[in-house]
Amino acid sequence: MTSTVAAPPAGALPGVKDEPRAAGAIGQTRAGWGLLTPFLVLYLAFLIGPAVYGLVMSFFDGSSVRSGLGPFAGLDNYTEALTSGDFWSSMWHTVLFTILTTPPLVIVALLLAMLTDRIRRGKWFFRLVFFAPYVMPVTCVGLVFTWMYVPQTGLFASWLSALGLPAPAWLADPNWAMIAVALMTVWWTIGFNFVLYLAGLQDIPRELYEASAVDGAGPGAQWWRITVPLLSRTTVLVTMLQIIASLKVFDQIYLLTAGGPNYSTRPVIEYIYDVGFTDFRTGYGAAASMLYFVVILAVSAVWFAISRRRA
Amino acid sequence: MTVSYPQGTSRRAALGALGLAGVGALTAGCGSPIAAGIAGTGPNATSLTYWNLFTGGDGINMVAMTDRFRAAHPSVHVDAVTLAWGTPYYTKLALAVIGDRPPDVAITHLSRLPTLAEGNLVEPLRADDLAAHGLTGDRFTAAAWRKGQVGGQQYAVPLDTHPFVMFYRTDVCKKAGLLDATGKLKPIEGTDGLVAALSACAKVTGGYGGVVNVNADPATCWRWFDTLYGQLGGQVLADNGTRIVLDDAKAEKALSFARELTVQRKLMPSNIDGSGVTQLFASGKVGLLFDGEWQIPTYQGAKTPFSVAPVPNLFGGTYHCFADSHALILPRNGRRDARRRDESLTLVRGLLDNSLVWAKGGHIPAFREVQDSAAFRKMQPQAQYVPAAKAAIYDPAGWYSGAGSDFENIMGFAVSAVEAGQLHPAAAIAQLRQKLADYASKPAPVGGTGS
Repeated sequence: MTSTVAAPPAGALPGVKDEPRAAGAIGQTRAGWGLLTPFLVLYLAFLIGPAVYGLVMSFFDGSSVRSGLGPFAGLDNYTEALTSGDFWSSMWHTVLFTILTTPPLVIVALLLAMLTDRIRRGKWFFRLVFFAPYVMPVTCVGLVFTWMYVPQTGLFASWLSALGLPAPAWLADPNWAMIAVALMTVWWTIGFNFVLYLAGLQDIPRELYEASAVDGAGPGAQWWRITVPLLSRTTVLVTMLQIIASLKVFDQIYLLTAGGPNYSTRPVIEYIYDVGFTDFRTGYGAAASMLYFVVILAVSAVWFAISRRRA
Repeated sequence: MTVSYPQGTSRRAALGALGLAGVGALTAGCGSPIAAGIAGTGPNATSLTYWNLFTGGDGINMVAMTDRFRAAHPSVHVDAVTLAWGTPYYTKLALAVIGDRPPDVAITHLSRLPTLAEGNLVEPLRADDLAAHGLTGDRFTAAAWRKGQVGGQQYAVPLDTHPFVMFYRTDVCKKAGLLDATGKLKPIEGTDGLVAALSACAKVTGGYGGVVNVNADPATCWRWFDTLYGQLGGQVLADNGTRIVLDDAKAEKALSFARELTVQRKLMPSNIDGSGVTQLFASGKVGLLFDGEWQIPTYQGAKTPFSVAPVPNLFGGTYHCFADSHALILPRNGRRDARRRDESLTLVRGLLDNSLVWAKGGHIPAFREVQDSAAFRKMQPQAQYVPAAKAAIYDPAGWYSGAGSDFENIMGFAVSAVEAGQLHPAAAIAQLRQKLADYASKPAPVGGTGS
């Protein structure tokens, strides 16, 4: 079978009424819904359904060792979470992690992308090198960094002592543990933002640089007046995706510090895991999840507002 | 784009055939466990499901034991399922029982048993059923058998006791003059005795004398504290976890001693993690190691010259060290008939009969026939710390207590902070009281209402 028809995409000419296609529109809509059905069924069954059930659960004193929703609790679970020091401190750890990781993951990714973009030969090599860590599973990265952070004999400790610097107790010091986790995360996940920036850079027409060079613009001015403004859509996307990804932190903290030392790195998802699963209190766990969901939702709403205004 | 199809076959026909094949596969799959699960028909009567949480060396040993049982009982099909240790396992076990798809036999930690029994997730074991399989109290380690009871009713059959013990490097300890003529560690008594032994080891190694894990492993920190504090006669919880009975003076004494060894005397590292502990002990940079006996295979694999002894009695009171037990339970199942119960108990007995294999992982078999056998008595270093199993005192009962629980995390994180020099003992005790009070005052999410 050879497909030769190349129909112009609908809406390709804004403002022009596409009269002959109107009759087929209903059929097309039906086909569209038909094709969407498998996705919608899964989306309803595994995302919307459980989310609504979770919301219902949060108003009951449910337990994973009892059947049913349990006794009605009203807003008690929410009151408990909002007045719990442990909930708020874990919430802060998640925010702290986001503050520590988002700026380097955006700025360093941009710098790496700009450097790679300037390379004439062997660009693929640097693309591969910077993206490679991202495809590693978190368990492997966690294991490798645990070894590198080993006190006294670890790689980082021996590097620092070779330089005559005292090595901090990376994962054992409450002041350093989150920084250590953030460092690992930057190394591990920068590849994704790097690739987005690289694609953004390649979308900038070369003529702009040529024209500006003719007009006497130096590299600094070109960067500030061409690269940065034309990358702003990518920057918004990268930043928002990064904030949301960082707010969802759990795995690497759980693997590196188990939430310690003395709870100083426990993120809110680990708190939810602890109360909801380890302590069997699914109702309370659901309430804590809902509060956390509100935060993610607020961040997503900001992104939505920004991207709509720009579009 | 060109796609070629076999002559005379339209795309529609090809897709149709594919769909039919799918339906055929579904129909054919009705005999599979998945289809049986969906249809709720359940596996047939001669097939038993057995859940455990053992991976690594323990996992290999458990597979070997199950295989031996299969060889001895070809008529019983055992479907063994290994799940991730700790919370994932206990969550799935509880949900399987509530969802009415429980395994026939399952492993539990005895420290978790009170909560499982409270939640009505385990089937009480009748004395005559147990006796029919030769499972009577006199044939087990007494402490473990008793811990298998809740409210006087037997719920679990213990497989082992796994105490917190003291490993020692024979080469380092020999140079330090800590071994007797037969090459065994001379008895260490009192805190002064331990400090002297650690100092002697430190002189040999030129660094630390001993090690216990501090970072990112609250369970080990709790086990070390429980061993010290328990020797002072201290208890943490009472009345099923609703009352905190922490003795501040005793806790402070235990914590101060742990801190003295790390922060003040620097005889043990105050900043060390799991892999660091293994590295220090395996490379001979310390003489003594405090850890669970389940680490024995690690050092046997590393060809470390070592042996094991019970943690010394440091405070002169009744001997105590942290211990827990793996045990076999029959999760509650309304459809379990007499025959299935009988077969399940046959599996339980079969695993116990083969528990010499289990002892390779360092655990003391609870079944006396194996524990007293010549083969086990010859097993080194396992035979050295049987007394520790007999003196076992388990984690206090409470819905938030037991292996892998938040109780262990709360206790362990505070102890870790003291050992690392980040918290003073008094501040750690205040933190413990505050965090425990949060749990003790809450209604238990186990038992009570619901089915």
